[in-house]
Amino acid sequence: MKSYLLKICPALFLIGLLGCKNDQQANTDNSTVTTEQEQPAKQGQAFIKDDVSEPTVLDIAKGSEDHTTLVAAIEAAELENVLVNAGPLMVFAPTNEAFDALPEGTVENLLKPENKDKLAFILKHHVTPGKYDKEFLKKFKKLGQASDLNVPVEVKGEDVYVGGAKILASIPAGNGIVHVVDKVILPETN
Amino acid sequence: MKQTFKIIMALVLGTGLFSCNNSENSGKANQGALASNAAERVYVAPGEHDEFYAFISGGYSGNVTVYGLPSGRMFKEIPVFSQFPTNGYGYSEETKPMLNTSHGFIPWDDAHHPDISQTAGKLDGRWIFINGNNTPRIAKIDLKTFETTEIIEVPNSAGNHSSSFVTENTEYVVAGTRFSIPIPQRDMPIKEYKGKFKGALSFISVEPETGRMNIKFQLIMPGFNYDLSHPGRGKSHGWFFFTTYNTEEANSLLEVNASQNDKDFIAAVNWKKIEEFVNNGGGKKMPANYAHNIYSDETHTATSTMEKEVLVVDPLEVPGAVFLLPTPKSPHGCDVSPSGEYIVGNGKLSADLTVHSFSKMIDAIEKEKFDGDAYGIPILKFEDVLAGTVKQAGLGPLHTEFDGKGNAYTTFFISSELVKWNVETREVVDRQPNYYSVGHVMIPGGNSAHPFGKYAVSMNKITKDRYLPTGPELEHSAQLFDISGEKMELLLDFPTHGEPHYAAGIPAEIIEGNSQKIYKLEDNKNKYATISNGDARVERDGNEVHVYMTTIRSHFTPDNIEGIKVGDKVYFHITNHEQDFDVPHGFAMIGANNAELLVMPGQTKTLTWEPKQVGVWPFYCTDFCSALHQEMQGYVRVSPKNSNIDLSWSLGED
Repeated sequence: MKSYLLKICPALFLIGLLGCKNDQQANTDNSTVTTEQEQPAKQGQAFIKDDVSEPTVLDIAKGSEDHTTLVAAIEAAELENVLVNAGPLMVFAPTNEAFDALPEGTVENLLKPENKDKLAFILKHHVTPGKYDKEFLKKFKKLGQASDLNVPVEVKGEDVYVGGAKILASIPAGNGIVHVVDKVILPETN
Repeated sequence: MKQTFKIIMALVLGTGLFSCNNSENSGKANQGALASNAAERVYVAPGEHDEFYAFISGGYSGNVTVYGLPSGRMFKEIPVFSQFPTNGYGYSEETKPMLNTSHGFIPWDDAHHPDISQTAGKLDGRWIFINGNNTPRIAKIDLKTFETTEIIEVPNSAGNHSSSFVTENTEYVVAGTRFSIPIPQRDMPIKEYKGKFKGALSFISVEPETGRMNIKFQLIMPGFNYDLSHPGRGKSHGWFFFTTYNTEEANSLLEVNASQNDKDFIAAVNWKKIEEFVNNGGGKKMPANYAHNIYSDETHTATSTMEKEVLVVDPLEVPGAVFLLPTPKSPHGCDVSPSGEYIVGNGKLSADLTVHSFSKMIDAIEKEKFDGDAYGIPILKFEDVLAGTVKQAGLGPLHTEFDGKGNAYTTFFISSELVKWNVETREVVDRQPNYYSVGHVMIPGGNSAHPFGKYAVSMNKITKDRYLPTGPELEHSAQLFDISGEKMELLLDFPTHGEPHYAAGIPAEIIEGNSQKIYKLEDNKNKYATISNGDARVERDGNEVHVYMTTIRSHFTPDNIEGIKVGDKVYFHITNHEQDFDVPHGFAMIGANNAELLVMPGQTKTLTWEPKQVGVWPFYCTDFCSALHQEMQGYVRVSPKNSNIDLSWSLGED
């Protein structure tokens, strides 16, 4: 593909130099290029090869056996680039078990391409701009999520619940922190 | 559970469009040059000129860079707040006063938001203003010479961020404080911030003919953070709008404590009303200490004057002049549509954009529909001033510009995209990914009643792999979009210098004809100018030695100097006798502890040199001025401190 592009590049360049009055001709050439393109690869920060930086919240989710459903959902919603942003981002990551607890068929339904928007909205409800460890979260009464809705923060003994989901474990990331939670946090009208 | 889910679904369906950030058309972006003849559209043939100038802030470079659009070619770096060894700005005796402040000589600043002067809401291309964020200052660049000609320090201010935006006729350039501070400054516990710290919004008048800046008044507001601002225009001319955050008035861990309130405010300031109040003797003069630095093209010399007083206005003294518009989620950009009707709050922790209506605001004010007050300043009801919301437009909105064709363009930092939406319907029209994490966007004339909606330039904060790698430190990246059609088209990536926080663009035809080519030697009023070669000389005054030197292709007059001693302070006053376009001469002296000089035709500049070692030391021209450039050199003989060699100078003598 690349060598092909290199070959046709000078040709197009010449057309440009000649003033390119004949747009139609240029377009014909271009359309050849377009049709011969392979399926475009995903582009953005999430797809940069980088094996020295600290893992991002996305890397952590991807590396976890307990979060395969979440990762599949992130990929289906195409939110990878958001999760590698400078952040800081705090992700409440429901386990596979948490997704399994949803009514039967829910996850399958959300993963359908036509439901991408809905899925993304629910996922964004699990993300807060900020980076706070579990201890620090006890200072909050609520968190403002990327869904633009708030979730309550409750402290019960040593446990911290966010939107009703209990924090099971916390893993700091380069661009934030992942709190593993035992439930999917469902947006409620407020 | 099922019931809950139904509610969720209904809610989700209602949210409509929103961001999914992985670029679906990334392939197109990648191959754009071929697939959409983008290359041809940004190609400016050798010798041809660009259609637009773009003046891009250098952020922590302290300067402004000048680019051409659509080519993305950089033409010049204009030194503003930072010393610039390239031409001696801030090093030469003539320009050192430009960087004087109440804190002494400050060789650097953080330059943020350039804005071009306007007449009747149209860019007039006379001056550009830009704010120094760190040690609060406003600078003015003259677009005839493309040089910084005035810098005024802003007292009672800190983190001069909601600056430097001009009103419709450049009546004022406005500078708002980001950090609230004790006013006047005093020794007090930080914990007593709340209620005691204040935020000053400064209205700096601009003299219509000369552009001379003066602080007309400072509005002393509650101790919030004032983030960005924009003027009203058209129907809202006479008003100015400022976003605020930290209305909680926290003084520590703001990332938590300044995000407690669901809504902060946009402060609406009727400056015409306050101007009238001040013109009638209102306000209070308070002692102050701030530098006002002015550069003259005639003397090629800057002067710095310390001003000792500033007029302050308490908003409560002018009823009906200041109101607060509740706006969600720590808004950053505060952008006013070309018609002046809509004020957009970009809540940076939000997914939504808040669009306020000026007409509704006026209506609510007239009906006195207030919802309490903050320190006596009336708060309007959110619903009463809201025109509407752009729902789920993206994540982390920062800044919006307009194309003058009914569309707005908002940058989203977290979801890393530029989103086009219809100002009236507030529906998203198009979205394009940014590589990566965009800050501001610029459309030429974007802060005016008459934008030129052909191109948009997004200024991205993160570069990573966009160019060939250059180690850990990378230049930032800009992206040029063609916005003339329904869909935005990415045409070009180009690197920028420093950290651009904003830019100002203007059709080249408005200013290119005014650009000066040379300084006339006969008009040179520099105190140390040497107009005639016969006046070239060296004078001693104690241990100070003044060298009056001229340059012409391809020699210095004089070029042999003796009688200088270790411990002397030598001033080289260099006058360039060239009167041809683009024939500068440079001057560099071995061991000089500052920089070189680059002297334009007809100009005089002074470099100071304190020789520390005995010997015969050369100087030379640094600019490849002519075929005999390498011959353009000279020697200074430096003798021991106690020697009694007389001063002498010569050119071409044996």
